[in-house]
Amino acid sequence: MIRRTAVLSLALLSVAALDGCRRKVVSAPAPVATNTGNADSLAALRARQRADSIAAAERAAREAAAASDQRSAGEAAAVLGQKVYFDYDRDNLRDDARATLDAKVPILIANPSVTLSITGHTDERGTAEYNLALGQRRAAQVKRYLTSKGVEDARLSTQSMGDSQPAVQGTDESAYQQNRRAEFQASGANTLVAPRS
Amino acid sequence: MLSVAALRPLSAQDNASRGVRIGLTYDPGSKPGVVVLPVTGSAGDSVRAIVQRDFDFGDRINPIVLDAATASEASRGSGPNWPLLAKLGAAAAVQITPTASGFHLAVFNVATKQTALIRDYATSAAPQSRAWRAALHGIADDLEEAFTGVRGIARTRVLFERGKRIWVVDSDGENVMPVSDVGTPLSPSWDPSGRTITYSTIVPAGISVLDLSSGRARTLVSGPGVFISPVFSPDGSSVVYAHGVDAGVDLFTVPLSGGGGRRLSVGRGSDNVSPSFSPDGRRIVFMSGRAGHPEIYTMDADGTNVDLLTPLDIGENAYRASPDWSPDGRLVAFQSQIGGTFQVLTINLRDRSLRQLTSDGRNEDPSWAPDGRHLTFVSNRSGVRQLWVLDIETGRSRQLTRGAPVRVPAWSPRLAAE
Repeated sequence: MIRRTAVLSLALLSVAALDGCRRKVVSAPAPVATNTGNADSLAALRARQRADSIAAAERAAREAAAASDQRSAGEAAAVLGQKVYFDYDRDNLRDDARATLDAKVPILIANPSVTLSITGHTDERGTAEYNLALGQRRAAQVKRYLTSKGVEDARLSTQSMGDSQPAVQGTDESAYQQNRRAEFQASGANTLVAPRS
Repeated sequence: MLSVAALRPLSAQDNASRGVRIGLTYDPGSKPGVVVLPVTGSAGDSVRAIVQRDFDFGDRINPIVLDAATASEASRGSGPNWPLLAKLGAAAAVQITPTASGFHLAVFNVATKQTALIRDYATSAAPQSRAWRAALHGIADDLEEAFTGVRGIARTRVLFERGKRIWVVDSDGENVMPVSDVGTPLSPSWDPSGRTITYSTIVPAGISVLDLSSGRARTLVSGPGVFISPVFSPDGSSVVYAHGVDAGVDLFTVPLSGGGGRRLSVGRGSDNVSPSFSPDGRRIVFMSGRAGHPEIYTMDADGTNVDLLTPLDIGENAYRASPDWSPDGRLVAFQSQIGGTFQVLTINLRDRSLRQLTSDGRNEDPSWAPDGRHLTFVSNRSGVRQLWVLDIETGRSRQLTRGAPVRVPAWSPRLAAE
């Protein structure tokens, strides 16, 4: 199957904003079927009707393809934005985190102009100062993994918010687990290309 | 324990205005009882209340608080009512009278029935203002030094973070006010003069220095990665902080005049944060994760001679953090995970003996007062993270802040008159 190049218009691609599969559907401008009123011949009318129907079919095909491209671009953006999670006081990548990161790699390779900012977070336990360092260590670990898979070092930046930006409030393990994470923000591309499968 | 007072000369002739020592008669092992005599005028009651409270919070003087009827008897037109003061158990009485140019202080020695000290303090601050209260706190500190040989800590303040801002509060819990803009500041710390502070910012990542009198802040260092836990060197010439990008977080030093940071610790990819200088500036205590979990280490100020300070076998899930070197150099206060929460402990640098100071709630981030006897720390024992003050000699504690949650306190040095 031939896959078209999926194009998502992105002035500044904020992947985080696409969490939860919120997608903006941009409809292509609809060609206006005009009737000039000059229907003097049946043949001409039939010809026009035929042309119109061909145009309509082409339009439908184009829109379907665009929607598919849009969907795959949106999916690519969502994959780039997917968070990875950590164990308490750890920066090593669990299997689920590796799988999440593995899915980002082909997208990053297919979009060489995209840069990715990686932000490490921690749960609220421990000291604010140590948590800032731990968050940085988590972001750096993610960066190290992505570069080991072929993503250029210069395209990946790291920072830490420590425990200052919890994803969810709460003092149970479920809340803590959601807060021990790395988040991703992509930028620098006007277009995001889905990887060829 | 050796009393510092016993080692000091009885008076300091070289400086008449400082270090005056008044020999009082009181039971050894007890605190000298002091009556703060009533004064007339609208500010008189506040003067008395503020100084009595400073004595109380200082934990070295027993303020004998009189009811209105007794108070009216305690001083007569001709002077103190010596028999009444003696009967109340007072070793001394003090009278602080607001004047046009400040305060007039008179100190009476009950045992000798003598006026022991007369002194005038100048202040142009409006009654009840922050500076006016600071002037009174300074008098209370002078008196504590005169009576006990150890200067009080009433004229000190505590910095802390609340709601993405750095705040400051007087030692008695009054005058809570913001000192930084709203942003992402953390880990405030004082310079030795008490006039300048430093703190880290998360976004943008860097270290800032703020002049307290002007309120102006400047960026000392910034860049990619993370900047954490800045502290001034004891000579005030440089700032040591933690910084890292992709290869762990290490301690760096940067001159206050600016320039690049120079790396001190070699953590090999681990986290090294929360430095605190020894009082002589020769050693630094800090938290490191180099053993796989957070522990307390010491090193020379140039980063050499690293030594694990905390024993590895105290408590489960070893997590020791937030060290603060005591002003007398003898102890390091820190927090340790104990029973699934955090408690404040001290470790003695000579024999490494441990002492657990808290047990009520979750207690973190200790910071020493300049007297080396009081600590402030964050506790959730009231239900919300607030600052508390603990006297490590008696175990007595009091709540310093109220309201929205706070963290990362830093107790000031003794502050100059304003």
